[in-house]
Amino acid sequence: METTAAALPIEPLETSRVNYLNQEYGLKSWLLTKDHKRIGLLYLGSVSLFFLLGGIYAMLIRIELLTPQGDLVQSHTYNKLFTQHGIIMVFFFLIPSIPAVLGNFLIPLMIGAKDLAFPRINLLSWYIYTAGGLLTLWALVAGGVDTGWTFYTPFSTTFSNSYVILAGLGIFINGFSSILTGLNFIVTIHTMRAPGMTWFRLPLFVWAHYATSIIFILGTPVLAITILLLAFERLAHVGIFDPAYGGDPILFQHLFWFYSHPAVYIMVLPGMGIISELIANFSRKNIFGYTFVAFSSIAIAVFGFLVWGHHMFVSGQSVYAGMIFSFLSFAVAIPSAIKVFNWTATLFKGSISYATPMLYALGFIGLFTIGGMTGLFLAALGLDVHLTDTYFIVAHFHYVMVGGTLLAYLGGLHYWWPKITGRMYPEGWGRFAALVIFVGFNLTFFPQFLLGYMGMPRRYHVYSEEFQVLHVMSTAGASILGVGLLMPLVYFIWSMRYGRIAAANPWRLPGLEWRTSSPPPTENFETTPIVTWEAYEFAPPEELEVVGKLSPRDEPDHPALQP
Amino acid sequence: MQGWIPFIPERASTLAGRVDGLYFYLVGVTIFFTLLISATLIFFVIKYRRRSESEVPRPVAGSLKLETLWSVIPFLIAMSMFVWGADLYFAQYRMPKDALEVYVVGKQWMWKVQHTTGQREINELHVPVGRKIKLIMTTEDVIHDFFVPAFRTKADVVPGRYTTLWFEATKPGRYHLFCAEYCGTNHSGMTGWVTVMEPTDFDQWLSGGANQESPIVAGQKLFQSQGCTSCHGAQGEGGKGPPLVSLFGSTVKLENGQSVQADESYIRNSVRSPQSQIVEGFRQPLMPTYYKEQLSEEHLLQIMTYIKSLSPTRTQGITTTAPARENNERTGPATPDATGAKTIDSQRSNPVGSTPPSVRTPGQ
Amino acid sequence: MAATHVENHGAHGHKALAHHFDNLEQQREAGSIGMWVFLVQEIMFFGGLFLAYAIFRAKFPEAFAAASNHLDWHLGGINTVVLIVSSVTMALAVYYAQTGKRRPQVGFLFVTMLLGMTFLVIKAFEYAEKFRDHLFPGASFQWTGHGDPNQVQIFYWIYFAMTGLHALHMIIGLGLLVWLILSAWKGRYTPEYHAPVELTGLYWHFVDIIWIFLFPLLYLLGRHLEAGGGH
Repeated sequence: METTAAALPIEPLETSRVNYLNQEYGLKSWLLTKDHKRIGLLYLGSVSLFFLLGGIYAMLIRIELLTPQGDLVQSHTYNKLFTQHGIIMVFFFLIPSIPAVLGNFLIPLMIGAKDLAFPRINLLSWYIYTAGGLLTLWALVAGGVDTGWTFYTPFSTTFSNSYVILAGLGIFINGFSSILTGLNFIVTIHTMRAPGMTWFRLPLFVWAHYATSIIFILGTPVLAITILLLAFERLAHVGIFDPAYGGDPILFQHLFWFYSHPAVYIMVLPGMGIISELIANFSRKNIFGYTFVAFSSIAIAVFGFLVWGHHMFVSGQSVYAGMIFSFLSFAVAIPSAIKVFNWTATLFKGSISYATPMLYALGFIGLFTIGGMTGLFLAALGLDVHLTDTYFIVAHFHYVMVGGTLLAYLGGLHYWWPKITGRMYPEGWGRFAALVIFVGFNLTFFPQFLLGYMGMPRRYHVYSEEFQVLHVMSTAGASILGVGLLMPLVYFIWSMRYGRIAAANPWRLPGLEWRTSSPPPTENFETTPIVTWEAYEFAPPEELEVVGKLSPRDEPDHPALQP
Repeated sequence: MQGWIPFIPERASTLAGRVDGLYFYLVGVTIFFTLLISATLIFFVIKYRRRSESEVPRPVAGSLKLETLWSVIPFLIAMSMFVWGADLYFAQYRMPKDALEVYVVGKQWMWKVQHTTGQREINELHVPVGRKIKLIMTTEDVIHDFFVPAFRTKADVVPGRYTTLWFEATKPGRYHLFCAEYCGTNHSGMTGWVTVMEPTDFDQWLSGGANQESPIVAGQKLFQSQGCTSCHGAQGEGGKGPPLVSLFGSTVKLENGQSVQADESYIRNSVRSPQSQIVEGFRQPLMPTYYKEQLSEEHLLQIMTYIKSLSPTRTQGITTTAPARENNERTGPATPDATGAKTIDSQRSNPVGSTPPSVRTPGQ
Repeated sequence: MAATHVENHGAHGHKALAHHFDNLEQQREAGSIGMWVFLVQEIMFFGGLFLAYAIFRAKFPEAFAAASNHLDWHLGGINTVVLIVSSVTMALAVYYAQTGKRRPQVGFLFVTMLLGMTFLVIKAFEYAEKFRDHLFPGASFQWTGHGDPNQVQIFYWIYFAMTGLHALHMIIGLGLLVWLILSAWKGRYTPEYHAPVELTGLYWHFVDIIWIFLFPLLYLLGRHLEAGGGH
């Protein structure tokens, strides 16, 4: 097992004194930057602010739910709290977080390009995001929205007395920022790979973002037009969703979920990309079944478009439609399962580090397994009838969104923090925070599965007393989770000034992003790199070990063994 | 709580046990895989921990055999869940033919219930144990959802259409009724109770509301007061408008050459949007549109039951067992006829009181 | 472009080459893939409306036929011809950009722009007529013909949404044409570098194709159902 670190780049490269952070100074140099790394940081700032806001809403919700009566706020305020928590977290944190921050920063670095294909469009997408965000914030300040983040008609078109149009417009505009980001990624990955960087040498993070971009391009426009029609309908009192005008409220649900179910994969696929990076790099192993992991991302992106109807099993749609959607929903679970198994197998005979990012990755696998498996409960038609619209749903998607996406995002931030800022985060604090978050998260959301099966409906401000014990547990967990999440916020900011100076390749990894200085220069690489190694190639391919007693007919899929 | 198993709501319908069965199966599979993966993770993480900073493990090739294995096995397990779930779904959403019908109208933020015998309730539903109950539901405003955890069933209640839900309670008691689809400010207040009673208690309860007129009678009154009689005839025999006698359950030929089944949706549509489906031979658009403002969903349901009562043979043909009859046999004196007779004596000659209202549902 | 990157440009030569591309070929490919991906996005955007159209058409065939019959298919037809011709002139403009002939390039771009404006003017007349006849959905909507007024109103709702969105795309296209004409006049486009003309051409054809679907769906389908009555 012990071999020489032949393929590991020897401790690097003089840290260059001029980098993307200090090349230019001043507000203007940031607000007019076309550098993907700076734009990534702009996104990091805005996304973090929205996360903080969404988190405050979450805390208020949890405090309110400590008691069965509505003690803290009135019903209409509570409805605004969960609506705004949902809108902010989904549209302004989860969807942009990993792609727009880490994807933006890393894709050109990982493929050996100087920038994304369209730097100006990249900057534009941040401005669009900001404009959409400000409009939505305006709606929140002006009086809030109380439709739920799903905007179901005819409540949203006719009955709600809140700022639906303004918030909708914000989401509509924000959608174009996603579309432009996706477009930029697809073009960049197609045309800007460095010499030798073939498709199957791409880090899996890039594959995951390619799959995500497909969803951005195919899904977001449908949401955009849906929200636009909703806003017009609310404005003009005529339209196609309210049955009072001859419309069909279920059509809205179809259009909405056609985007919003794939949007779940927008949130989780980039997270899976990060986990693939972390698992491989922190066990110094090539990923087990690279092609399976890569294509499972594409499969998820494609199949994800065919399962939207599973949100509507109780809406009165035909039982046969329900059957088809249920079948496809079970099918889409398989690529996710493949990923989990391959990650686990990657650890086999690895050299596993216990650094903070790896702790997040391990936490992710555990929680995502639970989140994914409980998704099967909801895909099973007869069971979904009982579980849908209860806390079981709430628990399930928080396991996927928080236990999945958020943990992956945090793991990724820790992992690339030295590359982004040129400073190390404090390792001890990092591990401690990861542990606190893991414990707090489970305590918050596990009781909600039980609440759901007991019949506690979601979006309830006042509830029946038998549910209180579990709600108190959940709130206690949320407090721990909240503290855990504040810790990285503090030490990340602290480390930007006081953290240990990071080497170009502090983790000693073969990836392209580690073969330039930390932080990288504006053009990313001194000279365009030429790639001659496979993804995650820690040791020379001659040493490849074939697991198990395979018959000679079994061709391992490692490229080094291909003729 | 269900005996020794914590966190399971009361099991009070024929389907509750089946839903729990599927739930336990999935919980079992979930625990198995979660433990399998966590245990493997922990084992690997400890066994293969990094022992020196410079160590580099040998790369390991992928294995098509393993990949196939862990794609096919989960797929097969998923398919078993799919089949089980779909089977249960059909049981939940295929409406039984011999069910006792109850009308439900959702409204921000209350449940209005009307029994075919005339009893009305708000946020309460009384049903007998051991009898299939079918709810025909709609709403006056936004989408609601009728959810009874103890029965493990729910269904959205959608404006502009009828949705249905059925259950058969197995245990007397009071069970939560929740609105499970977010419906505005007082959503969490749109709750109530389903009271399941022994058949004899239920009969007693029914007779307690004897003074209320049955929806058929109420529907007939509306039929007259809303001016329907001027075109459709005093007894629905037809005139300037198409006849309504024996309409329900029949096939109607339309002016455009198509034909439709005269079910609840058709009748509802003909009232709310008369120009959309014009009966052959009635080209002149005489029928005014009855919007919600003129005719509430509850009133429309009453007219519906009246129109249904005009097709005794067809409705009997559709329902294998006539619910009200069966009810008669079970319960003796407290019958729909009796309640109808008490209030409007002159209606006795009508087909009204003796005809069981019933519905054709899509599943059949 | 920041001054620090000047030396990079020197190495590759062409002033239109952005600093982060290796060569013009790569840049052209990026632009072309980008435009195609953008058009896929546009298809999905219009797709939502086409879906709504299909669903309500199936639901309310009578009302949709009656309402469709009320549209002026002569004007719609003329507009279809106008757009098809404009696609031809656009293609010619792209051809002359590729071959580096400045005058015919500017000329055909100009003709394309004129045709685009003609389309919008005719559309404006159609809209005006609908407003006059109280066929714009909303409080003032009136319908006395066959079909449920609510359902007819939904047809007009979809009609205005689809043609309005299409017209918006036309207006954006006209803006692009103005910019192209100015740059082409200055001789910016050469056989080596004419990507903007090509990409705008793609966009213009796409907008035309959308109309080619809109015209029969909105103006023609279902005419036979109303052949006896109506006009």
